[in-house]
Amino acid sequence: MSPIISISHLAKTYAGGKTALRDISLDIRRGEIFALLGPNGAGKTTLISIVCGIVTPSAGTIFADGHDIVRDYRAARERIGLVPQELTVEAFETVWATVNLSRGLFGKPPNPALIEKVLRDLSLWDRKASQIRTLSGGMKRRVMIAKALSHEPRILFLDEPTAGVDVELRRDMWQLVRHLRASGTTIILTTHYLEEAEEMADRIGVIDKGELILVEDKPALMRKLGKKRLTLALAAPLAQIPAALAAYPLTLSPNKEELIYAYGENGARPGIGALLADLVKAGIVVKDLRTDESSLEDIFVGLIRRTP
Amino acid sequence: MNFHAIRAIYIYEMARTRRTLLQSIVSPVLSTSLYFVVFGSAIGSRISHVGGVSYGAFIVPGLIMLGLLTQSISNASFGIFFPRFVGTIYEILSAPVSAVEIVTAYVGAAATKSVILGLITLATAAIFVRMPIIHPLWMLAFLVLTSITFSMFGFVIGIWANNFEKLQLIPLLVVTPLTFLGGSFYSIDMLPPLWRDITLFNPVVYLISGFRWSFYGISDVGVAISLGMTLVFLAACLALVIWIFRTGYRLKT
Ligand SMILES: Nc1ncnc2c1ncn2[C@@H]1O[C@H](COP(=O)(O)OP(=O)(O)OP(=O)(O)O)[C@@H](O)[C@H]1O
Ligand SMILES: [Mg+2]
Repeated sequence: MSPIISISHLAKTYAGGKTALRDISLDIRRGEIFALLGPNGAGKTTLISIVCGIVTPSAGTIFADGHDIVRDYRAARERIGLVPQELTVEAFETVWATVNLSRGLFGKPPNPALIEKVLRDLSLWDRKASQIRTLSGGMKRRVMIAKALSHEPRILFLDEPTAGVDVELRRDMWQLVRHLRASGTTIILTTHYLEEAEEMADRIGVIDKGELILVEDKPALMRKLGKKRLTLALAAPLAQIPAALAAYPLTLSPNKEELIYAYGENGARPGIGALLADLVKAGIVVKDLRTDESSLEDIFVGLIRRTP
Repeated sequence: MNFHAIRAIYIYEMARTRRTLLQSIVSPVLSTSLYFVVFGSAIGSRISHVGGVSYGAFIVPGLIMLGLLTQSISNASFGIFFPRFVGTIYEILSAPVSAVEIVTAYVGAAATKSVILGLITLATAAIFVRMPIIHPLWMLAFLVLTSITFSMFGFVIGIWANNFEKLQLIPLLVVTPLTFLGGSFYSIDMLPPLWRDITLFNPVVYLISGFRWSFYGISDVGVAISLGMTLVFLAACLALVIWIFRTGYRLKT
């Protein structure tokens, strides 16, 4: 299937001379949830803003659902919904007015029933006549989501949708995103919560200093870069690792009571059975064991540190 | 054409107008009344007639124009400046709308409000003086054309301004003086020849002259010239707006 968004050789240098993006090429697959990760100032918002038509690119082309975002901007933009990072609302307007404005702006005929559904899904229905300034921050964010969903976009950009949002709302939002995905919407989100990417994303892209340094299926990424660790708690402290076990990548904990076995990097298959058998042969008694996996967070921090 | 978008923006803007209509009406009604008291009675007692029209009636078209210009500019400039200021402009920039559609909607809404206020000023003036309107359709045409032209000008200011001071600057520094010097309260025939020639560079002269002609059939410059100049300003503002959107000037980074 053709990608729903196709970005090639995109670059952006702002008027002040700041280069925010360098030669980005990226395809987003139809119906996936794509998480864009990167530290502050990496260029995530810039990338999203260019696709949505808010920032003009310095070089490169972008197709959204087969439509050039510059030459064929109407067809491209009709398909795209955006929830920006910043909370920007017109304080004195009502929820109802602002959400209906959004639908109209994107060329859709009025549809009160649909707007009602969107507002109900976001628990905003009983605040529909309220001025936006009277809502809490989390509710304002939901208004922004309602605006983006009001025109039934096929592609939805969520720029840090859960920044400054409480746990419950975050859960709600994840559920909403899954629900949207199930109905065929492609979702591109940025986040600083790795937990979120780990939980939601099908694929992950990491951007740093304007460069896309990695794009990978989430499970493959975890497999490729994830490390596993087997920690063996010993019945009696060990002075040093016996020569018979030298073939294994073992380390002894500082208090000499635990043996740590690292494995699984780059998909290597471990020989845990053999290790346990050799431990018995060497007369070492294990009283407990546990395994740890590195999280996306560890992977991410490792990646960013590696780039100069 | 994205008609849904034009309609949506127009409705949204008119809702804002409706919320503030009362305070918008108070000001022209009050200032019109004051002008009549001050100019009409004080000066009117010295100048009784201009070109066969009583002074009180003579100043009505100029007064309406004065209100129309300031209202059009402030409505339209605020209408587009505010979304830029609070950041909600992102949505318009990311929507499938063309420059022409955005301008049609915003300028349409601002001009609608100006026309309403112009008619309210006219009604207020009618309480103080009796005046004929010889060419009512032309009167409306000038009213609407001027509202559109200066709403478009206001729209440009709303995009150019990057703070509230600049938003006020042009109306205060340029438009009010031009209106006062544009023959609102006198016929330019009353001026010494040199000043009369200089005044002809003031675009507002043409607007007021044409508008006054639609009331009383008297004018400082030919009606065709007035109409032509009004259309020239309209075209100039339109060209400016289109250039702004083409280049993304002050809207996109
Ligand atoms: N309008 C602008 N003018 C000039 N420079 C800008 C502008 N917007 C962003 N930048 C710069 O471009 C770079 C990328 O910014 P961007 O907002 O895309 O980062 P980000 O990845 O979204 O960061 P964050 O996680 O903090 O939201 C930064 O160095 C930023 O200072
Ligand atoms: Mg950002």
